Amino acid sequence: MAAVPQKTIHKYLRHNKKFPHVWCPGCSNGIVLGTIIRAIDDLKLERDDIAMVSGIGCSSRMPVYVDFNTLHTLHGRAIPFATGIKMFKPHMKVIVITGDGDATAIGGNHFIHAARRNIDLTVILINNNIYGMTGGQYSPTTPHDDVATTMPYGNIDNPFNICDLAIGAGATFVSRTTAYHAIEAQNMIKKAIAHEGFSLVEVISACPVIYGKLNKKGNAPKMMNQMKDNSIPLAAVNKLPKEKVEGKIIRGILKEVDRPEYTKAYQDLVDKLNNK
Amino acid sequence: MAINKNTSKYCETRLSGSGGQGLILGGIILARGAIKDGLKVSQSQSYGPESRGGSSRADVIINDDMIYYPEATHFDILLALNQESCDKYIYDLKPEGVLIVDTTFVKNVSVMDSKVYEVPFTKLATEKIGSVVTTNILALSFLVKITKVITEKSLEEAIKESVKPAFYEMNMKAMKLGFELADNYK
Amino acid sequence: MAQKETKMVSKKNNKPKKNIVLMQGNEAIARGALAAGVNFFGGYPITPSTEVAEIMSEELPKRGGKFMQMEDEIASIAVIIGASLAGAKAMTATSGPGFSLMQEGIGFAKITETPCVVVNVMRGGPSTGLPTKPSQADLMQTRWGTHGDGPAIVLYPSSVKESYELAIRAVNLAEKYRTCVVLLSDEVLGHMREAVEIPDIKESQIINRIKPTVPPEWYAHYEQNQKYLSPVASFGEGYRFHVTGLAHDKFGFPTNKSSEVQIMMDRLKKKITHNIRDLVQIESFMMDDAKIAIFAAGITAQAAKKAVVDARAEGIKVGLLRPLTIWPFPDSAVEKMLKRVDTVIVPELNQGQLIHEIERLAKDKKDSKIIRIQRFDGELISPDDVFKAIKEAN
Repeated sequence: MAAVPQKTIHKYLRHNKKFPHVWCPGCSNGIVLGTIIRAIDDLKLERDDIAMVSGIGCSSRMPVYVDFNTLHTLHGRAIPFATGIKMFKPHMKVIVITGDGDATAIGGNHFIHAARRNIDLTVILINNNIYGMTGGQYSPTTPHDDVATTMPYGNIDNPFNICDLAIGAGATFVSRTTAYHAIEAQNMIKKAIAHEGFSLVEVISACPVIYGKLNKKGNAPKMMNQMKDNSIPLAAVNKLPKEKVEGKIIRGILKEVDRPEYTKAYQDLVDKLNNK
Repeated sequence: MAINKNTSKYCETRLSGSGGQGLILGGIILARGAIKDGLKVSQSQSYGPESRGGSSRADVIINDDMIYYPEATHFDILLALNQESCDKYIYDLKPEGVLIVDTTFVKNVSVMDSKVYEVPFTKLATEKIGSVVTTNILALSFLVKITKVITEKSLEEAIKESVKPAFYEMNMKAMKLGFELADNYK
Repeated sequence: MAQKETKMVSKKNNKPKKNIVLMQGNEAIARGALAAGVNFFGGYPITPSTEVAEIMSEELPKRGGKFMQMEDEIASIAVIIGASLAGAKAMTATSGPGFSLMQEGIGFAKITETPCVVVNVMRGGPSTGLPTKPSQADLMQTRWGTHGDGPAIVLYPSSVKESYELAIRAVNLAEKYRTCVVLLSDEVLGHMREAVEIPDIKESQIINRIKPTVPPEWYAHYEQNQKYLSPVASFGEGYRFHVTGLAHDKFGFPTNKSSEVQIMMDRLKKKITHNIRDLVQIESFMMDDAKIAIFAAGITAQAAKKAVVDARAEGIKVGLLRPLTIWPFPDSAVEKMLKRVDTVIVPELNQGQLIHEIERLAKDKKDSKIIRIQRFDGELISPDDVFKAIKEAN
């Protein structure tokens, strides 16, 4: 990694197009964008072969900034749009950028079914525990008792564990990290893209301007530090006493298995019917 | 024959009974046969979830000219395989139309001037062919021989195309029995 | 199903007409779409459209095309738009409840100008309604169903043969005009069978997307020109463009600038309104000396046609005007008709939809008499119903 990280990122941005971006100061989305670009650069992928697809939300604004085949779709529907691209052009690397609300509330059905099919999509789910773009309504990952503009008295809902959901649905690569752990995220994303099958990278992120403010989490640096302090690597889980693990964000590759990939299985069917 | 008055070949047939009696397949076979005779044809049916029970019907309209409307409204031929459909549709049978009923299930026929043929199709299919599923072919073959709505040769070819090879022989037997039964009426 | 027909065709050597098969309406739609080059189908089972998906699932893998049964209709419209952006000729088929679920996606295809075909085999509604019965109650939904402005292209055949032909046309128009084209059918038309002579489709009858010839750095996904039709690249071919459901500039990048939004909205409208002649198809049946006209579409037009023939036999001067293109509405043909006839009869399987368009065009013609025949109980309007109305009007 001799390249200056910023230079690498600039190589892939659509500079003269739609900047400045829409993200608030202190938002983790920019960090995640950097890790994705560096992962792609490391993998030496052809940018013509990359499609980046998103739904609706803060993180879903990402594709417009990068010089790939980019598609900004409907709320919750990024995965089926991406499925269409992957099915018709299986050689393409299709990356889905989504958030906690986009992927697990309105798009929850598509999320589990893509995992079940094991279609080769790389889903990078930036989880900031809130609907940021619309001003702070609670999402399926807002912690119990936290405040949101539509839970002013504290959240009575229970949050999803998104990685557990993906594992239960049959995803073949499931991992979690945080925006603080940028290098770890970059390596995870590399592995996820290289993985043949449905892969999920959940990136816990900070939304200091909306979620942080509503829940008195402090400023952006403070929230970054919380991600560091409140998370432990998967490898450490068994070594630590139970009380030190409880309530912590577990980082690491939680599942990585081989199972026939959907577009390959379809091609096998086509070949069989044509006696190849 | 009853149907071909004038030069027009126009003929509306309704096959009716209950779900599972093979009426829609019967309609498809009749329609395929008509195509083989070089005629124009339109086939429609009541559409529902019943593959067993409930009421079912298939309409076949055959003409040597344009067919405008796909549903039979004034029948030249009515096949009724159960009492309910016989009671329900008999009023739309043309006065000179042909009525064919399965006396296994149809016990009362209140007819006007129609030509009526009463045959225990289901009973015969079970006893003579050894399978109740051939009732539709038996009745259809009888209908074809009586009304000459399509040729016997086209019917035979259409059956061959429309039934699974494993059931072909059995259905041929049913067809021949249908023809024989019709001969008895001549 | 396919093999049976092939057999049938080969056996017809002794007959003068060739390639005549007994075909169901839904099958004709599937086979027409395949003939037009559809190579991607995503769908969700729903009565009475399911045969389209079943045939596609059998045929597409044999031809190297792609079939996917999705988790719902929302995913179905999304997956075909995604495939289309990657270069596929893509289609889905559904009925009322599924068509309602697809509305947001249809709007996305319209604003992003992504070719795709949605087949709606109409059944009785609202809601679950009458799944196994015919209806024509979605005509206005096809025009106004998705939120926001922008015109629609909607075709409606009235026979099995025409289902085949209009399926080809729907795919062609979607590719040419870069939009979502809706192909309507209804439960009776979808399930009825007719003897159909399958036409030989020549290469020249199939429209494919025009590919850009400019280098990627010059490419604008929504290039302006006088015909409002511009070349279009696909993902994965070196053009690396952006597509968004937000209002966008000619490169596809989001914009809030009123001047750029105006250009986009004009383009969406004018690509239809500037090409009305290419888009509108209408059948005029015995209209030359007609004093009474029937205006009917789809399955209802079949009943109307029979009534016209029967009434003509009694010497009544009646004709039928039948739109094959429902939207854009055939305004000029209807205006011409209104000038010539005294009475217009509008039979339709709904509580009044096409009639609004006729009344809109007849508003200055105070002497025109407009008669409605409306049925919405799951049964067809019969030739006798129309015949009676003709007799009364005469």
